[in-house]
Amino acid sequence: MAIIILTLLALVFGVALGYAAIRFRVEGDPIVDSIDAVLPQTQCGQCGYPGCRPYAEAIAADEVEINQCPPGGESGVQALADLLGRDPLPLNPENGVAEEGLALVAIIDEETCIGCTKCVQVCPVDAIVGAAKHKHNVLDAYCTGCELCLPPLCPVEDCIVMRSVDLTIKNWKWSNPEVNAEERAA
Amino acid sequence: MKKLWRFKGGVKLPGFKSLSNTEVKQAPIPEKIILPLRQHIGEAAEPIVAVGDKVYKGQLVATSHSFISAPIHASSSGTVVDINKYSIPHQSGISEMCVAIKTDGVDEWDPMIEPNVHPELLSADEMRVRIREAGIVGLGGAVFPSAAKLKPTRSIDTLVINGVECEPYITCDDALMRSRPEDIIRGILLLRKLLNPVECIVAVEDNKPEAIALLQDTLVKLKDAGVGSVNTIRVVSVPTVFPTGGEKQLIKVLTGKEVPQHGLPYEVGIVCLNVGTTAAVYDALYSGKPLVSRLMTVTGPQIKNPANFEVLIGTPVENILAAAGGVISDKHTLIMGGPMMGMSLLNAKVPVVKASNCILVETSAEQLKSTAMPCIRCGTCAAACPMNLLPQQLYWHARGKEFDKLAHYNLSDCIECGCCSVVCPSKIPLVHYFRFAKTEKMEHEVKAKFADQSRVRTQVREARLERITQEQEARKAKRKADRQKKKAAKSDVNIGAVTDTDTDLSKQISAG
Repeated sequence: MAIIILTLLALVFGVALGYAAIRFRVEGDPIVDSIDAVLPQTQCGQCGYPGCRPYAEAIAADEVEINQCPPGGESGVQALADLLGRDPLPLNPENGVAEEGLALVAIIDEETCIGCTKCVQVCPVDAIVGAAKHKHNVLDAYCTGCELCLPPLCPVEDCIVMRSVDLTIKNWKWSNPEVNAEERAA
Repeated sequence: MKKLWRFKGGVKLPGFKSLSNTEVKQAPIPEKIILPLRQHIGEAAEPIVAVGDKVYKGQLVATSHSFISAPIHASSSGTVVDINKYSIPHQSGISEMCVAIKTDGVDEWDPMIEPNVHPELLSADEMRVRIREAGIVGLGGAVFPSAAKLKPTRSIDTLVINGVECEPYITCDDALMRSRPEDIIRGILLLRKLLNPVECIVAVEDNKPEAIALLQDTLVKLKDAGVGSVNTIRVVSVPTVFPTGGEKQLIKVLTGKEVPQHGLPYEVGIVCLNVGTTAAVYDALYSGKPLVSRLMTVTGPQIKNPANFEVLIGTPVENILAAAGGVISDKHTLIMGGPMMGMSLLNAKVPVVKASNCILVETSAEQLKSTAMPCIRCGTCAAACPMNLLPQQLYWHARGKEFDKLAHYNLSDCIECGCCSVVCPSKIPLVHYFRFAKTEKMEHEVKAKFADQSRVRTQVREARLERITQEQEARKAKRKADRQKKKAAKSDVNIGAVTDTDTDLSKQISAG
């Protein structure tokens, strides 16, 4: 009797688990998603991977340390450390330094642009518009400041340069009182 | 005397009000008027004049179609000389778009402006349109476009007219109530037509007995003159505690009601307007004049002749300082607004805007410099906070930039009144920490939103590239198959016709 009951139970649970495995299947790796959610999505490749998602996959696979992303800065490393339960590390200086202050966006000099479309093709967020042999332009609202379009990709010197976005009431920030106190003490 | 309630917290502050509490003086017309296009909450107005245009006083120079916005009018007659970025009154000293007018000294009103003897006969919608077109915004400091406030989506029980003026030093609302009590009451009677409240309360702090008496006398006078609707108006003296003048605090004191978190007063059936705004409504509806000037206090230990002035909007601060006899020494700091909630100005060239109720010329921070000591967790700040927050918790999390914790402790509810900083025995500049944390949190949120946008755009681009590659491969495969089919067919018919097949192929390739 006991054997029959246990066999039946095993069958019922087996079917239930089998159904659940199909019905509630998770597409993709949820750890990669949550790492990707913390990354700044600049898509600059400074970490040595071709974009934020590949870097997230590499972190999830434990192939690389969490300190490879300069645009994310120290706070980005901290966020990753919190998420993954690891110790925060200082940023890897080989990949570049974290930029302070206002965000940078690319700007194309319309006078010198030759309309080669190289930058249009490389822009990871489709923030550059333009057709062959026509002037190109950057859509500020979408530019992540990845600098992939800068020379040597752009064949014209000084045609594409980085500039900081305008300081307005909306993006102006209060100074850190902690820093103020230190300055006063100094 | 009806019952009054109390809000939690608040502080009693020395007033320094007698310093500036003079008759209202007229500030001279400056040579150049600078009118920022954003003097209100919401969208900036767009200029409708061009450089070189002659403008009358009260002529529209910038307007906006957005609901939450307000038009800007020339505050004196003259010529538009520039439409460009000028430093505006803001903590940062940032420059924003302004219309600069060189005045002609005639101060000639726009001839199109006509007085209206019976504005009470206008429909509610007409009144709202006129209030909007007059560029009236909340003059208590929040500069919310008044017309938007006067169109509540539910019925209103109480109209609160705020004459509390709880900040130390400032006396311009007091001066207004003493010089124009009847205009204020008549303004309230017009607002009644718009909102149909059960009652109207004019709230004044008990440190302004003269203003209270004058307003009450006016009520009696109007009643005797047969204006029956003044019966619904009460003048209420409220205890002098900072920040009773805060909208949410005043509503609590007068009605015992609490405005819901992230909510607006109309949700509890209340609309609250400043006395200055009420007088501006009176001007707009009776005389047709837009908001081109305001009363402003110039005071502080470092100014020669503190006084209240009627100032044209757009007058540079330095001109007003000169009108008040100039500063006493170079060791001064300029603050626009009061000592508690005002902002320090980086230079005196910035113009007076609709929100400017006071220029406080303080003694330079060098002498007041205090070194902050560590927080001792005494909890005095929590007892003083009028918004029921825990400043000491917010302080720790602001230092650590822990944004989710800051949200948990309701940082966004902080009204930056400064009570916590004043009572802190360790002299920690708590409000500075909260302002810092607010802008940091804002930046964090904007960045997160931008990252989401970039992620989607990257995914879409990758999907597109993938699709293009697949399509190319499919085309290639199809071409190959076609070629093989043709080859097979041709070889069946005529093995010798190689040249024909070659031309076909080359045609296909050039077409592809």
